[in-house]
Amino acid sequence: MYENLILILDATLRVSAPLILAALAGLFSERSGIVNIALEGKMLSAAFAAAATASVTGNVWLGLLAAIGVSVCLSLIHGFASITHRGDQIVSGVAINMLAVGLTVTLGRFWFGLGGQTPALSDSERFTPITLPGADAVADVPVIGLLYSELISGHNILVYLALVMVPTVWWIVFRTRFGLRLRAAGENPHAVDTAGISVAWIRYRALMCAGVLCGIAGAYLSTAHSAGFVANMSAGKGFIALAALIFGKWKPVPVLFGCLLFGFLDAVAIRLQGAELPIVGEIPVQAIEVLPYILTVLLLAGFIGRAVGPKSIGVPYVKTR
Amino acid sequence: MNDSKTPAWVNVILLPLVNIFFAFAFSAIIFVAVDVNPLEAAAVMIKGSLGYQEGVGYTLYYATNFIFTGLAVAVAFSAGLFNIGGEGQAYLGGLGVGLACLGLDHALPFWALLPITMVASMAFGALWALIPAYLQAYRGSHIVITTIMFNFIASALMVYLMVNVLKLDGQMAPVSRVFEQSAIMPMFHEIAAWFGLSFSESPMNLSFFIALACCVLVWILLWRTRWGYAIRAMGSSPTAAEYGGINHKKLVIIVMLISGALSGMLGLNEVQGYGQQLKLDFVAGYGFTGIAVCLIGRNHPVGIILASLLFGILYQGGAELAFDFPNIDREMIQVVQALVVLFSGALALMLVKPTERLFVFWDRKKKSLGKAEAEA
Repeated sequence: MYENLILILDATLRVSAPLILAALAGLFSERSGIVNIALEGKMLSAAFAAAATASVTGNVWLGLLAAIGVSVCLSLIHGFASITHRGDQIVSGVAINMLAVGLTVTLGRFWFGLGGQTPALSDSERFTPITLPGADAVADVPVIGLLYSELISGHNILVYLALVMVPTVWWIVFRTRFGLRLRAAGENPHAVDTAGISVAWIRYRALMCAGVLCGIAGAYLSTAHSAGFVANMSAGKGFIALAALIFGKWKPVPVLFGCLLFGFLDAVAIRLQGAELPIVGEIPVQAIEVLPYILTVLLLAGFIGRAVGPKSIGVPYVKTR
Repeated sequence: MNDSKTPAWVNVILLPLVNIFFAFAFSAIIFVAVDVNPLEAAAVMIKGSLGYQEGVGYTLYYATNFIFTGLAVAVAFSAGLFNIGGEGQAYLGGLGVGLACLGLDHALPFWALLPITMVASMAFGALWALIPAYLQAYRGSHIVITTIMFNFIASALMVYLMVNVLKLDGQMAPVSRVFEQSAIMPMFHEIAAWFGLSFSESPMNLSFFIALACCVLVWILLWRTRWGYAIRAMGSSPTAAEYGGINHKKLVIIVMLISGALSGMLGLNEVQGYGQQLKLDFVAGYGFTGIAVCLIGRNHPVGIILASLLFGILYQGGAELAFDFPNIDREMIQVVQALVVLFSGALALMLVKPTERLFVFWDRKKKSLGKAEAEA
């Protein structure tokens, strides 16, 4: 029982890591006033860039860099449309998602000729699990040993990075000058403008931060979680991250718990596939899979708690003359 | 933003064409990047989609889907609502059609079944839009997020139903039984034969004409009825509409019901016409393409028909491309589509100012020329 629990929690961490990164990316952009339904597309493109670069150069860190680069570029396009030209933020997000689906497969097919996949990556071209010091030594100690060696140790570096990003993002958004301005741009951009600060530049920077985090999330998918890119491998994770962002009410720590909860549901769904449970019998996997979406809908509608986003979210800022 | 600076035809015709031109120009760059001559590709696409009867049939079959989903997005857009859930609503609509066919195809002839499947498609699609609409109107949750979530819920629901309920015994693939021949939409080549005309076999079917009828109905709804006036008033100025005595909440529900019903009717074409059985993923992104269609079509039924034809050509032509050019396949069309959404939707305002300036400049030049002539 205990061992099962540890294994499920271990899987939870692995599944949650990209969600955490993407949700924090969404936090940056939505706190600054830009709805980001393009998380999915940015992640997918980044996943492709990471796998393609890692497979060509053999260096996973270059892959990560490429992923971040591509994701930031898409963020800049998003910003160019929705900040500079005051286009609809949702429409530009939809465009980026479509672009990612089409372009990754088209380029992948052209470059690697594997029907849109990248070649399978060897261990040296991936982020591999890190064994923390002493993990093997304490593995046999009851209770704590398993906890340390299975749950805490043995993840790849991006998982730890994702966890470290939570306090970091909290600190940036709530304890720095940039963070204050960022939140102000999302709540009341006129006030920011009156103070002589460019709303557009703040929002661009917020989108670039989001791009970096989405890039890491994408790289995680293709070079850490799996070994290579397959078509549409983000499979709705960007939207789950968006749901977690709403679930966490646009605050880093609750967002972390939202991601962990959704990751946990995912991990449980895999474990429960075809398993008979006492009393309820077999639970359809799909019922667990849709829980994140249903919970988010209920939360947004105020049936369980209430999620209210930044006030000026989705509204292009027009400087008054 | 002042429209009066430029003549109407610039806004209605020129700007959409310029936006599409930009989208195609960038697509051409990507074609070149994957070693395909864009002009050759365009020639293949046009020939494959318009050059022979079967191709035309396929083009119009795709266009049917896009008219339904495009109209759905347009009706919601007219009221200032972004219904991004066409995908899920169409999925459910198809389910409604499928259930009606599976249940009644032994009992009823086609002409008795058709009204039932139409109502089923609309009711199921509308139902799937009703919940987000209610939550938006009465609970204040954002319709974009809720409809996205409902897309995922719809797809999980369909997987569950197909795998656990509707799958045939002893079959691996999650598909229902094929409908009786009597339940299936008359194909266009059959309809043509009734009038003594011959047309190659293609999946184009009766629902194309249903789609055209929907265009007329939507036009009447939006521009010739009280509701339509209320919808457009709400779209252009919610506060003024509210002040004018329009019940915002009720209207959100009505608009989304209509929008969902239109999306749901995709099931007529896709399930009762093309698939002839229930299976997974038959919506295949047509719901999202509806957004692109609506953006190019500028929310107007005529524009939507033209945009649907354009996307029909892209889809059918794109399928043909894969035969001639090993480097590309249907995904390439997704790229073109994305660029169209980007330029016609997200960057729609980019070219407004430059065109205005150009026109003001022309105007002045004309006037000063006129003056110079008068002085001489």
